[in-house]
Amino acid sequence: MNTELLGVIVTFLLTILLAFPLGKYIARVYKGEKTFTDFMEPVERFIFRMCGIDPNRKMNWKEFLKAMLTINLLWFVYAFFLLLFQGRLPMNPDGNPGQTPDLAFNTAISFLVNCNLQHYSGETGATYFTQMFVLMFLQFVSAATGLAALVAVFNGLKEKTTNNLGNFWSIFTKTITRILLPLCVIIAVLLTFNGSPSSYDGKDSIVTLQGDTVQVSRGPAAGFIAIKHLGTNGGGYFGANSAHPLENPNYFTNMLEMIAQVIIPVAMIFAMGFYINRKKFAYVIFGVMTVGMLCLLIPTMHWEINGNPAIAKLGVVQPTGAMEGKEVRFGPAASGYWSIVTTIISTGSVNSMHDSSMPLSGLMELLGMMINAFYGGCGVGILNYLIYLIIAVFISGLMVGRTPEFMGHKVEAREIKIAAIVTLFSAILLKGGTALAAYFFAHHPEIGWAVQPSAWLNNPGYHGFSEMLYEFTSSNANNGSGFEGLGDNNIFWNVSTGFVLILSRYIPIIGPVAIVGLLANKKFIPESSGTLKTDSITFGTMTFAVIIIVNALSFFPALALGPLAEYFSMH
Amino acid sequence: MKKYILPSLKLTLVLIILCSIIYPVFIAMVGKLSPGQGRGKTVSVNGKVVGYANIGQKFTEDKYFWGRPSAVDYNAAGSAGSNKGPTNPDYLKTVQDRIDTFLVHNPGIRKEEIPAELVTASGSGLDPDLSPAAAKVQVKRIATVRKLDENKLIGLIDQHTERPLLGLLGPAKVNVLQLNIALDELK
Repeated sequence: MNTELLGVIVTFLLTILLAFPLGKYIARVYKGEKTFTDFMEPVERFIFRMCGIDPNRKMNWKEFLKAMLTINLLWFVYAFFLLLFQGRLPMNPDGNPGQTPDLAFNTAISFLVNCNLQHYSGETGATYFTQMFVLMFLQFVSAATGLAALVAVFNGLKEKTTNNLGNFWSIFTKTITRILLPLCVIIAVLLTFNGSPSSYDGKDSIVTLQGDTVQVSRGPAAGFIAIKHLGTNGGGYFGANSAHPLENPNYFTNMLEMIAQVIIPVAMIFAMGFYINRKKFAYVIFGVMTVGMLCLLIPTMHWEINGNPAIAKLGVVQPTGAMEGKEVRFGPAASGYWSIVTTIISTGSVNSMHDSSMPLSGLMELLGMMINAFYGGCGVGILNYLIYLIIAVFISGLMVGRTPEFMGHKVEAREIKIAAIVTLFSAILLKGGTALAAYFFAHHPEIGWAVQPSAWLNNPGYHGFSEMLYEFTSSNANNGSGFEGLGDNNIFWNVSTGFVLILSRYIPIIGPVAIVGLLANKKFIPESSGTLKTDSITFGTMTFAVIIIVNALSFFPALALGPLAEYFSMH
Repeated sequence: MKKYILPSLKLTLVLIILCSIIYPVFIAMVGKLSPGQGRGKTVSVNGKVVGYANIGQKFTEDKYFWGRPSAVDYNAAGSAGSNKGPTNPDYLKTVQDRIDTFLVHNPGIRKEEIPAELVTASGSGLDPDLSPAAAKVQVKRIATVRKLDENKLIGLIDQHTERPLLGLLGPAKVNVLQLNIALDELK
């Protein structure tokens, strides 16, 4: 078999093999059982004592959310001001300037919400200080926030009737000390031994073999790259993200980074099975998500490996597939795999430039972000899936004519309303934003923004529309990848995507936590022969159908104008 | 909300110390033991640094193997792809120009022999590698300029071809800088 395909298959299988025991471990950590990381316990006790936190205090869903939102708000203020004034702060060997207010606003939010949209380039737009103290810090805490929200949901599902979703501070802190930090250390060490820089030295200047003088950006990247993947953040240390040869030096690091970004989302599915003691429920969800992923992945790899038909017409050969925007050391198979993995989970790191993907590969990447629940981001993937699941429960209930139930609780109007609002909001933000951008592009091309609308697009025609659609889709999914040809560092894109980011992060977290908080408060109804079984393959299929229908209805027209139109114009 | 502010503030401070100071400093210390001491691995010729092992550089002279086109002209103070869409007419014109240039510099090569990676820009603009086929298509030119035997050059490429990981995973590749250094050392 072809070594490139084998590389992808081995990567995927390794991910699942490692995710299963990790899931078991994560469940033990959150249950408070004995684990081999108990040596961290004194550190945690010390942290709680220092901060005046009682880790055993119970929280209901409102208290849990209040604690979460308060600390998130604080991080935003902290990040915004440091980015604004980074030029005058220490640890800036390359002398990079402070960010403009609108860029700092966008950057602070996008790292706060686990998106990492990055309207700047790491080499020139951030300093070592902000890379470490703002961006990497937010990569840790935003991933832990998402995971903590998911554990709150687990707590609600676990008990028959309860008010208690757990203590936010305790779950959040343990996520960092027991899961993120230990794994990050392993990954970062492997990366630095494979060539990713980890020292604080500034830019180097060298004379090349041919005699040109060039500068080489460096910096403490290895630790950053570890958490950017493990926390499904995706923000690159360097501008070209994981296509950069220092950020992703060889095929081994490429496999490592691909595994690192999917492993927690997959492990959390298994952890759910162990934690709420419904393993079959978790396996069915895992199955649905995997089928969904394969439906997006296989065609994408096929198109990328076959190459660009427009290049073929020029007469050259494409033995290594569509190579524009790709790196030789990864090849089209691993690049295709990465482009789907990074869009279905909310990482958004790239090892090839998505703007140069084949039209239908771009469609698959967009779909991955629109659905945003095949594995999904740290914690939030399963929360998004839960929304689809509640809708599937509701529709199934209507079909058989019974009051819908989920985990022994009646699902009533209030819960359905919340689920519907979350779903509709996503479509409104994504399409509303794109429509607004298209309006300015078409009717006010000469507005005096830093980049005029007429100069936004790097490509004409349908592909140009896809660039705008992709930017809002990526923001709405808190993904962070981009069709990076888009001229996005100006007030329109910084501000509009900033607001989309906030809303599309917190509404889909608050929604499911509220739903489960409300459900868990209700009387428990024991299972009977008439109960809809949510852990059956039939129900899994039903959920899959709901996911397809909801997204097809919401997004088909937009996709038809962009990637589909481009595909048909090509053939 | 008030009762959450103080714990938030303190927890933030503690975590900054843990995640933004202790963690990266620890990695930097471990990195000191790695090849390149965590500053990036460099390549030297006669004791003089001529480049970074992983960072591609620009080769335009006929006597060297050329790397891939770069959207940032191999300036490693930045990094980027071209972000050109697959159907963009201007982009296809650029590719056509690169094909024409390649044919002018490589007499005796037909365009059906040119692998697309030699006329398409890489993702980072700093791609250090070529596939073995993309190196071999340049052998005729280099052999003529340097007055060397073609088979010797093909042998050199084979010698510098890095096999897939464990012989099984991923593509084979040739590091262009290493290859050109070896080329300069050929007698």
